[in-house]
Amino acid sequence: MRVIIVGAGQVGSSIAQSLASDHDVVVIDTDGERVDELTYSHDVLPIQGDGTELEVLEEAGIADADMLIASTDSDETNIVTCGVAEVLGDAFTIARVKQPQYLRAWERARGAFGVDFMVCTDLLTAKAIVAVIGLPTAHDVDMFADGLVQMTEFEIPTESPVANQTIAEADRFDSLTFAAILRDEEVLIPTGETVIQAGDDLIAIGSPESMRGFSTAVAPQSEGPSDVVIVGGGEIGFQTARLLENRGYKPRLFEHDEERARWLAENLPKTTVLHGDATDQDLLERENVGSADVLVSALDNDQKNLLSTLIAKRMGTDRTVAVVAAADFSSLFEAVGVDVAVSPREVTAEEITRFTRARRAENVAIIDGDRAEVIEVEVDAESVLVDRPIRESMADLPEGVVLGAITRGNDLITPRGDTVVQVGDHVVVFADVDALTEVTEKL
Amino acid sequence: MTDVAVDWRTSATLLGTVLKALALPLAATAAVAAWYGEAVVPFLAPLGLTLAVGVALERFDRHDLRLREAYLMVALTWLAIALVGAIPFLIAGQGVLADPVNALFESMSGVTTTGATVIDSFDAHGRSIHLWRSLLQWMGGLGILVLAVAVLSQISVGGAQLMETETQTENVTKLTPRIEETARLIGGIYAGLTGLMVLSWLGLHALGLAPNVTLYQAVAHAFTAVSTAGFSPQPASLGAFSPAIQWVTILFMFTGATNFVLLYFLLQGDPTRLKNSEEFRFYLGIVLGLTALTVTFLVGSAQFRGVEPTIRHALFQVVSIVTTTGYATVDFNVWSAGAKHMLFLGMFVGGMAGSTTCSIKTVRWLVVVKSLRRDLFTEIHPEAIRPVRLSGNVVDEETIKDIYGYVLLSVVIFALLTVFIVTDATRATEHVGEFDAMGAAASTFLNIGPAFGAAGPYGSYLHFPETTKAAMIVLMWVGRIEIIPVLVILTPAYWRS
Repeated sequence: MRVIIVGAGQVGSSIAQSLASDHDVVVIDTDGERVDELTYSHDVLPIQGDGTELEVLEEAGIADADMLIASTDSDETNIVTCGVAEVLGDAFTIARVKQPQYLRAWERARGAFGVDFMVCTDLLTAKAIVAVIGLPTAHDVDMFADGLVQMTEFEIPTESPVANQTIAEADRFDSLTFAAILRDEEVLIPTGETVIQAGDDLIAIGSPESMRGFSTAVAPQSEGPSDVVIVGGGEIGFQTARLLENRGYKPRLFEHDEERARWLAENLPKTTVLHGDATDQDLLERENVGSADVLVSALDNDQKNLLSTLIAKRMGTDRTVAVVAAADFSSLFEAVGVDVAVSPREVTAEEITRFTRARRAENVAIIDGDRAEVIEVEVDAESVLVDRPIRESMADLPEGVVLGAITRGNDLITPRGDTVVQVGDHVVVFADVDALTEVTEKL
Repeated sequence: MTDVAVDWRTSATLLGTVLKALALPLAATAAVAAWYGEAVVPFLAPLGLTLAVGVALERFDRHDLRLREAYLMVALTWLAIALVGAIPFLIAGQGVLADPVNALFESMSGVTTTGATVIDSFDAHGRSIHLWRSLLQWMGGLGILVLAVAVLSQISVGGAQLMETETQTENVTKLTPRIEETARLIGGIYAGLTGLMVLSWLGLHALGLAPNVTLYQAVAHAFTAVSTAGFSPQPASLGAFSPAIQWVTILFMFTGATNFVLLYFLLQGDPTRLKNSEEFRFYLGIVLGLTALTVTFLVGSAQFRGVEPTIRHALFQVVSIVTTTGYATVDFNVWSAGAKHMLFLGMFVGGMAGSTTCSIKTVRWLVVVKSLRRDLFTEIHPEAIRPVRLSGNVVDEETIKDIYGYVLLSVVIFALLTVFIVTDATRATEHVGEFDAMGAAASTFLNIGPAFGAAGPYGSYLHFPETTKAAMIVLMWVGRIEIIPVLVILTPAYWRS
């Protein structure tokens, strides 16, 4: 597949990196130095120029391209680039935008602006943060089948009653499937006898209600959070506060730039906006941040995010969530004490992956960088699953695969051995990275 | 060619247009005078004068109205109408109005919709003169609305911008794309309300619930109720009419002090804006709260027998004072100190922005209350940034500053006027008690009308020294156009380029 990426910033480079091995990638950027850098680091064709110009896109071979991903820092440039590409060929266009207002307009009329798919990085990140906040022990939350099915990655704390129980003991919820346990570098597919250990990352697939129930079972003492503090009022911080407001929270938000703080205060009626530096310990003490249930650090600098979450943790904040721009640092952050690290790039990459990989997956969640994936597939007549009990069809699938949930219309069906899958069902499947290719072919 | 600092010619031509327009009400009153067999000269003479002066002024070159000319025009218009309004009183030469200061006081009180009167004997004046008083107030009430829409919205006085915030339109003039059209719509609502009030009074009469109501009475009172102005041809004001009439009048005074833009949306079948308006809820709350307190005081002093009269008189007086109308159903001057002080407090409230009302106006108080509450919060959380919101919309800090300035200025002028009234009375070897002086100062400067003591609802301002009355004339004018335009044209910087 020929893919043109316009904009070689963080997201653009990241996408280029993940695609370069399997596809012909052309990267366009106005910055000559960045283009040069790309030439040395990835096997891509770099072009220096403005992606909104006809000639530049033609030079990049837009006529033969299958996909164009516009991922510069300017929303307008990305949208215009897709519009121009639309004129020059029939490549599938993806625009990355920061401002949700463009997304809202695009959602009203899909395909507007010549954009076939729009990804709003900051909104996606904020949604991920808010989903994690809602489940006190969750690391990562992804929705499937229009919200009927949820994939959640739980970290099992030492003092958790679930620790040292077998899967059979812990499985008290009807519509919940334990898909996998990530223990150290291993990916375990659990059986009824598998014992859950403290420190495990447990991947569960099921209904949102059962997730909330299991979340309470994992950490009974932690009720839903009520006092949420957000540090950093950039677009991610703003969207997080906005989504939390919609859910009835009254968050507190720290922003160091006064003008921006004023703007935030005007646009977030239920949020208390504080003008100040989140690494100012006096301020944090004065505002009693230690008593907060959750602190989200959404500054535009990874080091500062790490610092502010560690300070908060030290002051007594129950749970900390940090935004990590460099996806590689996610596990490092979690290793040194940050409860959840959310990477906008990873979130965006997941979103874009659905289209860049030629498979029938409706929806994808990438687990822990790239160790495994949860995918949603609409079952057709070719699938090995069709018209037979799961017990039988599982034999034809490789190891490291778990059928997490089935949806039929608007109903959620928890898969059991004798469940028969029909054409048109959506299945949500966990798959180890090694089994991925085979699974997608057979489903 | 350099720009002149103030293009007074433009203001003059606009003033000419306004003066010319005065011919119509003068002609109408002359016709009424003729109908009742009263002298028509008092109205026809100023009619000729305004036409002549108006046409003459219109001959100046007119350019676009800039901010400076707008200030001048606003200030001059009200002054000029007051001067013209006094002419019929002088020419008619009846009773105390034959005196120039008294005539001008009555006229200024009329056009500013104050409702303070110097008349001591109501029978001394013809019906046409009484009607002219009412008509002056009706024009004054409409004038301020049109002015607010067309001109004041472009002048920073805090109120008009707030009206925009409150009505959730970026700009009041955006009711329709054209200012003229908006002014006409608002004028239509105003005239419609007046007509409705005439009909409801006559309707009550037809039902036998209002024995002494005539078409004349209905029209004269409709002119001064909807404009929240308060002149009445009856010495006993609304006390001369039945309880049913008093209840209906409460409703019209209350409506007259409600934001006309919200009324417009209500008429469009959209009651949500009125319901969601924080200012409206605040205004309603103040009226009900003050009434409840007044009722408590009245019950405590056993002023009235029965529940209905107590509530009716308390509500009537509170609505009349809060909306700056100034009608009375009883002589509240003889009420207990507690009840009287409730009314005194009510004088500083005023109705909603964008209505015919005067005084400080509820929206300003609401912003003051909210910003004080914000200040208390930021006292504990110094880094918190908390915008003041009105019905969900952010009020910008400049507007809040304007409002504080306005409230402070109002209080200062009120205090100075009080001192002036007391000392001037002493100089003229008369005695005016301090509370009465405060009442009279608030009542004239805030354009309410009746006060306490000799200037109470059934008394008059006649006994004040000429100098005090002159000062009141000026301050009624200043108060009506929201102080700032007058202060602005008095600054030297205004006249420099």
